[in-house]
Amino acid sequence: MHRTGDLYGQFQTLEQQKETAALGMWIFLVTEVLFFGGLFLTYTINRSAYSTAFGIGSNTLDIKLGAGNTVVLIMSSLTMAMAVWSAQVGKKKLVGVFLIATLGLGTVFLGVKGVEYKQKFDHHLIPGRNFDMKYHPTHPMPGDDPKELALEKKEVEEAFAHDPDINAHGQLYFSLYFGMTGLHALHMIIGAGLLVWLIKGSFAGRFTPQYNTPVEVVGLYWHFVDIVWIFLFPLLYLIDRHR
Amino acid sequence: MSEHIVSPKVYFTIFAALMVGTGITVWAAFQNFGKFNIVIALGVATIKATLVVLYFMHARYSPHRTQLVIVCAVFWLAIMLGLTLADYDTRPHDMQPGEGRLVQPTPAHFLSV
Repeated sequence: MHRTGDLYGQFQTLEQQKETAALGMWIFLVTEVLFFGGLFLTYTINRSAYSTAFGIGSNTLDIKLGAGNTVVLIMSSLTMAMAVWSAQVGKKKLVGVFLIATLGLGTVFLGVKGVEYKQKFDHHLIPGRNFDMKYHPTHPMPGDDPKELALEKKEVEEAFAHDPDINAHGQLYFSLYFGMTGLHALHMIIGAGLLVWLIKGSFAGRFTPQYNTPVEVVGLYWHFVDIVWIFLFPLLYLIDRHR
Repeated sequence: MSEHIVSPKVYFTIFAALMVGTGITVWAAFQNFGKFNIVIALGVATIKATLVVLYFMHARYSPHRTQLVIVCAVFWLAIMLGLTLADYDTRPHDMQPGEGRLVQPTPAHFLSV
């Protein structure tokens, strides 16, 4: 049985019923704010204690991919907002179009993230026994810019001179990097699953001006995931770029 | 209070503002503002997040009780960040030599604060 937006007995008006659904989602998002907040707190404390290691760790990230992904994710938020609007004004076909666009942009984001993770594997920057900040500057990969690589080598050497435990402290940075972006990606994967469910519903024409609560509520979740990235991007990618 | 439908014009304006904010963040990261780099980065991020909450998430048009829940989230987050960082900030750390090593506090640590 599908819900169609009939008024349930415990509510007085449809308006109240919709507001209650949104309020429920917001209360879940409050717990999410504190969940991610704890990670941001851990990050802040470690970054202030090991700023050299966090700085060079951050500089190994690809700023073009990171900034590009930020644009992709904000665009997906726009298409999600437009899907909510389409449902509210009764443009049933457009709902599906915008939801598919959102899912597509979300998938692009996750794909780019996969490319970035692969790069870190190749550069020996996964926390563990083979972690070595010196590996990449001394083992160039095909397609590396020699000028960038020389700069990276100089940076790593200076960092070692300043902080001999840089490999230990660098692992802290990358543990937080993978932990935070990984949890963010997990939220995106769950969001993508919800989008597939919404797209199915939109093909059946279930979302109308009278009943669009699922689109609205998943929209709230999707925008929240966008906000997490809005903070992750400057904190992880842009710590120490003015070298 | 009837349902407020946010128009696409508003959504696209906010989207444009978010793009400009992203541009400013990336540009500012390559300039040397000293201590203010982090202030600018987080300041712009906070403005962007506020725009998303107010317009994309319709907080501006939501009933007061929903707005109260949102303010509560920020309030509890501020308690967690504020009190923890205040604690870390006022504990004696020996940052030289070798970064971030905790040391046994001596009376001198407390006198110098």
